[in-house]
Amino acid sequence: MHAADARLKFLVAVGFILSVSLLPPGSYVALGIAWLGVAGTSIVAHLGPVRPARRALIAAPFLLAALPLVVTRTAEPIGTIVIGSLPITISGEGLRMFTTIALKSWISVQAALVLAFTTPFHELVDALRQLRLPPIMVAIIGFMYRYLGVLAGEATRMSRARAARSAAPRGGAGGRSVAWRARVTGAMVGTLFLRSYERSERIYAAMQARGFQGEFRHLHARALRAPEIALLAGTALLLAAYVVVAVAWLPHG
Amino acid sequence: MAERVVTEAHSHVHQHVHAHPHEAGHEHHPGELPRHPGDGHFAGGAAAIEIRHLHFRYPDGLEALKGIDLSIAAGEKVAVVGPNGAGKSTLLLHLNGIHEPTHGTVQVGDAVVDRSTIREVRARVGLVFQDPDDQLFSPTVFEDVAFGPLHMGVAESEIHDRVERALAAVGMAGFERRTPHRMSLGQRKRVALATVLSMDPEVLVFDEPSAGLDPRGRREVIAILRALPQTVLASTHDMRLVADVFPRTIVIDGGLIVADGPSEVILADDELLEAHGLERP
Repeated sequence: MHAADARLKFLVAVGFILSVSLLPPGSYVALGIAWLGVAGTSIVAHLGPVRPARRALIAAPFLLAALPLVVTRTAEPIGTIVIGSLPITISGEGLRMFTTIALKSWISVQAALVLAFTTPFHELVDALRQLRLPPIMVAIIGFMYRYLGVLAGEATRMSRARAARSAAPRGGAGGRSVAWRARVTGAMVGTLFLRSYERSERIYAAMQARGFQGEFRHLHARALRAPEIALLAGTALLLAAYVVVAVAWLPHG
Repeated sequence: MAERVVTEAHSHVHQHVHAHPHEAGHEHHPGELPRHPGDGHFAGGAAAIEIRHLHFRYPDGLEALKGIDLSIAAGEKVAVVGPNGAGKSTLLLHLNGIHEPTHGTVQVGDAVVDRSTIREVRARVGLVFQDPDDQLFSPTVFEDVAFGPLHMGVAESEIHDRVERALAAVGMAGFERRTPHRMSLGQRKRVALATVLSMDPEVLVFDEPSAGLDPRGRREVIAILRALPQTVLASTHDMRLVADVFPRTIVIDGGLIVADGPSEVILADDELLEAHGLERP
């Protein structure tokens, strides 16, 4: 699992997420099967079934966007709540759509997490490039990964320097108005931006100094081997069959 | 005062060079080379670097270099010292064509640095920046060390070998898959050096090679610098580093070379050091 080629893992994960997203509303059995698939993979990868499931809740706040479906759909009314003088009808259809979206996103995030837990980030970046994502996008992701820590370090040092000088007179309140504090924070963000901008120029100079002429070059990746391609083809067929079965035979609707 | 040092220095340096005619062939690879503690003079015949009347003005009008004349023989190890803002870094950036002279010429080997020779010059001169976080911009050590050779057009089959040799030469073998931000400053400085060693340069240029290092990291950098067979030019404020590694020292102040001579002479000249904001080791 951990040693498999990142391109394979990425393609399988994307295929899986795509299949799950194609399921019709109310496909609870099919979603259960999908979850068993993720949990099984997670166990095989020595992550246990719970860790991705729990960590995937990080995406829960995005479900707020789907919540209005429960009250904006009109089919199959279940009941009506009156808030103030406003009657709100809960729709069975809306509820089903919302539950399906919630489960789909939860399972999809778990699949992405299993991918992330089993694949070093730089291998994922390589995989994206080898799968012909636009080079500039891959370069941006790579630089972001490399410099996030450096930037965070600079930000930490700056806030520490501010904290060190944020004294309060004995018995009195330190600091000033909220607007004043906002201005200090704004100045810090600006400084951080300027420093990053200057750093980007030094990085570019370092790239030029080593022969960079505006085009990234990389070692050619090894071609995927026959068994790997067979595995991909098999997975694609399996996922297609899964979607067909889920739509045609498994209960939903 | 400074004038006296300059004249004396030139004669001394040239005598010294001719007294030790080594071949500094660059087919050797860095990891295998014998050490030459404290002795960087192996004459390779022609000057490795020849700078004539170099003036440079930044776009904002600041005149950073006001006429630099400098000749460095192949295999020499030269320290560039001077107060902050003296023009040290600006000078170093000319050796690699990052800055173009406003007037004057910079010659590396037989190539005058200009647009037509820039690729060749960048292959010959390895520039190691002060902050390894600027130099190491790739997600992994391997990709960073491979960056130079790849962009120089080295054959892919040779690249793994070059990366391996360069990392071995700085004592960082086995770090290929590591990410720079999880490494110590000393380790990152050494990997930064490996990123230019993999290009097999004839001249190595360092900006503050020992700045910010703890004593152990500093000792490691000193050992590596002394063992390097290439022509080395380094700007530094670390006068003990100068005494340990560099037989020749150039003092820059206000965009001009104010002294150029054997390090032991310059480092003993209190008046000169005082006048240019420096100190004895």
